[in-house]
Amino acid sequence: MNFHNIYITGVGGQGIGLLSETMLLSGDFAGLDVRAVDTHGLAQRGGTVESFLRLGKNIHSPLIAPGMADLVIALEINEALRGMDKYLRNNGTLIYYDTQWQPLEVRLSRKSTLNEDVINTQAKIRNCNVHRVFVEDLPDTRMQNVAILGTIAAKKLVEGITPEHYIQALSQLLKPSVLKGNLEVFNKILLKK
Amino acid sequence: MPSFNFLLQKDPFSRIVMGNTAIVRAMVESGTRVVTSYPGSPTPEIADAISGMNPQDRPFYFEFSTNEKVATEVAFGASINGHLSCVFFKSVGLNVAADSFVQLSHMVLKGGMVVVLGDDPGANSSQNEQDNRHYAHLSYTPVLEPANPQEVYDMYLQAADIATKKQMPVILRLTTHVCHAKSRVEFNEWSNPPMDTTPGFDPTLANYIPITNRVHPMKRMALEKLDSLKPDSEKSVFKVDNNNRERGIITSGLTFLSLMDTLQYANHKPDILKLGMVYPIPEQAIKDFLSSHKEVKILEELDNILEKDIKALAFDSSIKCRIIGKSGFDDWQNEYTPEKVHSIISSVWPDMLAKRPEPEKLSVSAPPRPAQMCPGCGHRSAFFAIKKAVGVEDITVADIGCHTLGFLPPYNMGQVLLCMGASPGIGAGLSLFNDKRKVLAFMGDSTFFHAGAAGVINNIFNNHNMTLILMENGTTAMTGHQNHPGVGHNFDEITQKISPKAVFESYGIKVREVDTYQQAKLTAMVKESMDEDGFNVVIARHPCMLKFTREQRRKTSFTPKTVTVDQSSCDHNYTCISSFGCPSFFITDEGNVTINEDLCIGDGSCIQTCPSDAIDFSRNKKEK
Repeated sequence: MNFHNIYITGVGGQGIGLLSETMLLSGDFAGLDVRAVDTHGLAQRGGTVESFLRLGKNIHSPLIAPGMADLVIALEINEALRGMDKYLRNNGTLIYYDTQWQPLEVRLSRKSTLNEDVINTQAKIRNCNVHRVFVEDLPDTRMQNVAILGTIAAKKLVEGITPEHYIQALSQLLKPSVLKGNLEVFNKILLKK
Repeated sequence: MPSFNFLLQKDPFSRIVMGNTAIVRAMVESGTRVVTSYPGSPTPEIADAISGMNPQDRPFYFEFSTNEKVATEVAFGASINGHLSCVFFKSVGLNVAADSFVQLSHMVLKGGMVVVLGDDPGANSSQNEQDNRHYAHLSYTPVLEPANPQEVYDMYLQAADIATKKQMPVILRLTTHVCHAKSRVEFNEWSNPPMDTTPGFDPTLANYIPITNRVHPMKRMALEKLDSLKPDSEKSVFKVDNNNRERGIITSGLTFLSLMDTLQYANHKPDILKLGMVYPIPEQAIKDFLSSHKEVKILEELDNILEKDIKALAFDSSIKCRIIGKSGFDDWQNEYTPEKVHSIISSVWPDMLAKRPEPEKLSVSAPPRPAQMCPGCGHRSAFFAIKKAVGVEDITVADIGCHTLGFLPPYNMGQVLLCMGASPGIGAGLSLFNDKRKVLAFMGDSTFFHAGAAGVINNIFNNHNMTLILMENGTTAMTGHQNHPGVGHNFDEITQKISPKAVFESYGIKVREVDTYQQAKLTAMVKESMDEDGFNVVIARHPCMLKFTREQRRKTSFTPKTVTVDQSSCDHNYTCISSFGCPSFFITDEGNVTINEDLCIGDGSCIQTCPSDAIDFSRNKKEK
């Protein structure tokens, strides 16, 4: 495959910007050509936030066509389903953090029906791999994005990018005061697998 | 705020940046001296990059003006004084600026001026997807249209060069995913030449007063300058020769990138002519391209502007090529993404592209997640309270801002929307021949300063009968918390704070004001106000809690707070969810209401909404 289409999604406020910027820089450090584009503006206010990342040769647009993502990364379970539905190709890979920020419709319906089993059953329809991430003892919920990143590194989900590239990118993007804690989470997940 | 000081380095460098960042380096290198703007997506990140540079090292002046028209006027004034200037704003900002903007080409702009437009195909964050190339025709102003961050940088430099040499305005038209695209850009060196601060305005240089018959020479000059750019337009084309003499495509901007990606499915590839300058069009290059192909598709996002220019050119030149333009309303709408381009090309030439692979259909789909007000948002308390004061038949008028989201369930406040600052005028019109349905309009504080004052004054001038709610949150929240004249701080420094309340009172309006968290008081005030004849204003005030919470989190003394729901008191009335609608509430599989502690900011505005007093501040402070 001469390109790698990565679709990153979640809810505004979950730290998708940092995750996509880290992936982008890691790809650059790995010597890959990169194109990316993020959601900005009003849509960030509690809505679905998405980020497109394309790595490799012969790519032009930063946008990914529906059904063409090799990898979907979601920071929330509803967005994992939505992102998979719209963007993931057959035989692709989904990685998601198992937390739920309920959309209004779910709250108004007064029942929650989405869980790990639903995600797995849906992924099976397209013969996709699923990686569920949930860290019991995460020091800060705002580190869920780094927990995802650690799992991507541990499972080598993006060809050509090594754990060192991710660490190099995090070190460039995070302030020293928060870098240490984030690297601890990243390394702990990396070593466990 | 990340540092953008790298934009000031002297040596050439390359870096992965957003289009909106690349443009700032081009401002630096081109010697742009005055930059102005009003915030609006997709362009505010240009100002983020500007604010990330050390102010004392920044080689140009920058301001957020009160609106796009004023921003254009400030940049114009600087230009006729000899400085290269730039104004940038979003698509619909040009409507606000238009009265001044259309005059620019009639003037000798001594220092040159670049007008950067952030058009929004797909209406990602705008009230329409207007194609601002129409304004280029209207105002005789040339347009450059980059496709990616490298071209954003290159074409700004080119625009600045033309603007300076010809002393004229040049439009650099960006679109949302060109502004926000990130890729590697190669930058040139910058010598930081000394700045000439001589005030160079010379009223004898040209006629600057367009009155009656003095207008025509000015218009002729505009037409002549535009005509003189034809060689530049010819040079701006990029050809992809696939040795196809049957079929060709003429395109520009981001659509070109979508096309290039789509051609991975091609059984045979068309030749491509990509335009850089889209107005005036490169006539010779287009004539040659048309003459050397049997069929040419004009692949053009939004309106059929190139199509009409190119068809007219072919007609005048008696070129026999079959020119294929837009075929249906879908072709006029939305962004030309790779999948849209695939479907358009496939309908024009069914044999050209293989089908895109489609994944299997899933059996469950995710619930929609529209944008919503943040936890603790003062607008939520306001809408919750105001709804209680508004009768079923009464009419509510929305305006632009985060509070526009009040039209969504569960509030349904705001039934009609035009544009920035329109609500007092719309409300006035709705109040005519109407003594049955009371009229209530909403407006934000930044919008009041932007374009709302004229409507407010009209309501006093003409004795209109309605209530205006000023949703005062102390910032320009939706576009990223830019300061406005009511803040007391402009882009760079402390400045006089203009209080909207004092302004209203100086107009002689009766003003009621309350913090929106005092929900019962707000309900009563709105009722009183709507019961009175004439024009009344209620200031529904609460600071933007997203901004406030972010500021709090930066402090070392910060301790996170949340509320909690006492399950033994909760009688499952669900007011918190069905009417108040804070996203921090969470419904369990059993139908119990709990708190999503990742979202709750512990503002407590929900506590008063619970009829069974089940919500209270959490005693155990959240672990950090």
